[in-house]
Amino acid sequence: MSSCLGGGLDETLKALNARQSGLAPCRFETVRLDTHVGEVAGIDDIRLAPAMRAFDCRNNRLAELALRHDDFEAAVRDAMSRYGENRIGVFLGTSTSGILQTELAYRRRDPATGALPSDFHYATTHNSYSVARYVRERFSLGGPATVISTACSSGAKVFAAAARLMSAGVIDAAIVGGVDSLCLTTLYGFNSLELLSRHPCRPFDATRNGISIGEAAGFILLDSMPASSGQIVLAGAGESSDAHHMSSPHPEGLGARVAIEAALQSAGLRPDQIDYINLHGTATLTNDAAEDKAVFGIFGDRVPASSTKGATGHTLGAAGAIEAIICALALTHGLMPGGGINSVEADPVLRTRYLIDNLHAPLRYALSNSFGFGGTNCALAFGVA
Amino acid sequence: MMDTGTPGALSAAIAGVGLIGPGMPDWPAASATLRGEAAYVFSAAIIPVPLALPPAERRRTGQIVRLALAVGFEAARAAAGDVSRLATVFSSSGADGDNCHAICEALASEDRQISPTRFHNSVHNAASGYWGIASGSMAPSTSICTYDATFAAGLLEAVTQVVAFARPVLVVACDTPYPQPLHAARPLPGSFGVALLLAPDAGAASLARIELTLAHAPVDGMGDAALETLRLAIPAARSLPMLQLLARGAAARIALDYLPDLQLTVALGR
Repeated sequence: MSSCLGGGLDETLKALNARQSGLAPCRFETVRLDTHVGEVAGIDDIRLAPAMRAFDCRNNRLAELALRHDDFEAAVRDAMSRYGENRIGVFLGTSTSGILQTELAYRRRDPATGALPSDFHYATTHNSYSVARYVRERFSLGGPATVISTACSSGAKVFAAAARLMSAGVIDAAIVGGVDSLCLTTLYGFNSLELLSRHPCRPFDATRNGISIGEAAGFILLDSMPASSGQIVLAGAGESSDAHHMSSPHPEGLGARVAIEAALQSAGLRPDQIDYINLHGTATLTNDAAEDKAVFGIFGDRVPASSTKGATGHTLGAAGAIEAIICALALTHGLMPGGGINSVEADPVLRTRYLIDNLHAPLRYALSNSFGFGGTNCALAFGVA
Repeated sequence: MMDTGTPGALSAAIAGVGLIGPGMPDWPAASATLRGEAAYVFSAAIIPVPLALPPAERRRTGQIVRLALAVGFEAARAAAGDVSRLATVFSSSGADGDNCHAICEALASEDRQISPTRFHNSVHNAASGYWGIASGSMAPSTSICTYDATFAAGLLEAVTQVVAFARPVLVVACDTPYPQPLHAARPLPGSFGVALLLAPDAGAASLARIELTLAHAPVDGMGDAALETLRLAIPAARSLPMLQLLARGAAARIALDYLPDLQLTVALGR
C-alpha cells in the first residue's frame, strides 16, 4: 500500500505507532483552497512500462507505486503459478479514477474546435475501469475483472464481490483493493458542500468541522486456500443502502447499522467478539454522529474504536482498502491505532468508546466501516487465523 | 470452448425485463423487433422523467439516472416485484456524461466553483443513490464499471449475488453518451438501458432460466445488420443476443462480449 503515511506496510505501521499524520497544507497542482491534504510522495517519479504508457495518469501511477511495495508482485506471481492466470480476478475500487487527466486536458482544448488534445486517452485513464484493466494487463491475468465505484465504500465492497465469486468456484484468488488520487473534482466538490476542514481533520472531536482529502492505493491478495496460523482472514462482509439522501447519511445511522449487523451475521460473530473497530470517521458533524449511533447501538461503549483518517486523510474510494490493511496490521501486531492525532478530544456527545491513544493488546477480530455518497454502506470483519 | 467454474454454479431465473434504447421504447416493443415482427429503425431513445422521485430530487437527475430508474422500474413492475426490499446492481461504462463535462468545463475556467448537486451527481453510483430514494430499499446495492463490458459484468455480478444470498437481485445496465469534446474520445451514438429482475427460482411467471460460465468462445452477434451495429456501438446493447433469445422464448447457449480475451456464455432455457 501507499498513502501519505509512506510506502509499504512497515512505514505505515511505524507512522501508526508514532501517531504521525501525513496531512499537510494543500499545495496540490494549482488548487487554491485553505485545506489540508494527504498527498503521496513520489507519484510523479513513477514511469509505467513502455507497453502500458496509454495508462499514464496520476491514479495508475499511484497504483503502480503501491504494487511495488511489500513483495506484492511476488505474491501475485505465486498465486498465478498455483492457480493459473485465468483463475485470478481483479476487483478494485475507485471514485474518480484518472479524471485529473481530463481536468487537465480541458485546459488544453483546441481554441478553434474545442477538441481535447490528441494525447488524451479516455479508456485507459478517465474511465473508471482503467485501474482494474491496468492491474489485470500488468500481470497478464485472464480472469474476471471490474471496478466498483460506489464513492467512499468502493474499496470495501470489492472484498465482498471477490469473495462471492470465490465461493461460487469461478476464481481461486483475487487482487482486491482501492486506488484514488487527488484531483480538482473532489477538492472543489467537497469545498462546494462546505465539507472541507481548514485544519487537519479531527474525527469524533467536538469541534470537528470537515474532512481532509487524501490519496492512497491499497492492494490485497485474497486466496481461497485455508489460512495458516497467523494469517489474516476476511471473516465476513455486510452491505446496505440508506435509501435516504444523496450526500447526507441517515441521521440515525440506520443504513450503517444494517451493514454492520450483516457483516457480523455473515462472519457468524456476536458483537462482543469484535475487539477493535476502524471507523469510517470522516470528521464531518453529521457523518460521525450517524456512525456513532450505529456503532453504539450494536456495541455499546465496550469496543475500542478509532478513525485513522486524521493520519491518512479521507482517501475516498481507497479508504475501505487501506483501512482493511490497517485492520490487518492491528490484528497482526496487536496495535489499535489511536484516533487522537490532530489534537482530537473525544466529543462527549458521542457515546462510542473512541480511542485517543494507541492501545496494545492481542486482537482476534476487527471490524472496518466504510460509507459513501448515495447512501452506500459496507462493513468488513477480519480475523486472525 | 474452454470453460472455467463449476457447471451450474451460477444460475438464476429471469422474472422481468425493462428496456429503453434507440428505436426501442420499452421491452414489449423491443421484443417484437427482436422476434423480427417489426423492422428495426434507429431513432433517439426517449427517456422518461422519474415520477417515483420527489419533485426536488427529480429535477436534479441527469439522463443516466432517469434511464436507470425507468428500465429498473419496468423490470420490477413486469414481475410485480417488491422494490422496497430489492438488492440492486448498477453497471455503466461512464455514469453521467453531461454532468462530467460541466464539471470539467468549470474546473478549467477562472472561477472553479461547481454546485453541490453537480458534485454529488458526479459519483458513479448516482443512479443507485436515487434508486434507493425512489424505491426505499435498504438492501445492498453496488455500482460497477467495466468499460465495454457493461452488460456481461453486471449480469455476472448480479447472478453471483442471487446465488450467494438466495434472493432476487435487479441488475440495471445503462450507458448514455458524452457531449463534445468527450464524445470524440468516447463516441457512443445514443443511450441504451436494460434491466433484468433475477430470482433464485423460476416462478410461474418467469421468462427463462440462465446459467453463466466464463469461456473463451467466439462472440455471438446479431443477424440483422442494423441491430448488430447497435450491439457494437453501445456497451449495454451487447445484451441484445441474449435478449433476442428471451424474446423468442428459445433455448440456446450463446457467448456474450465480456472482456477482450474472455467471454460470458449464457445457457438460456426453461
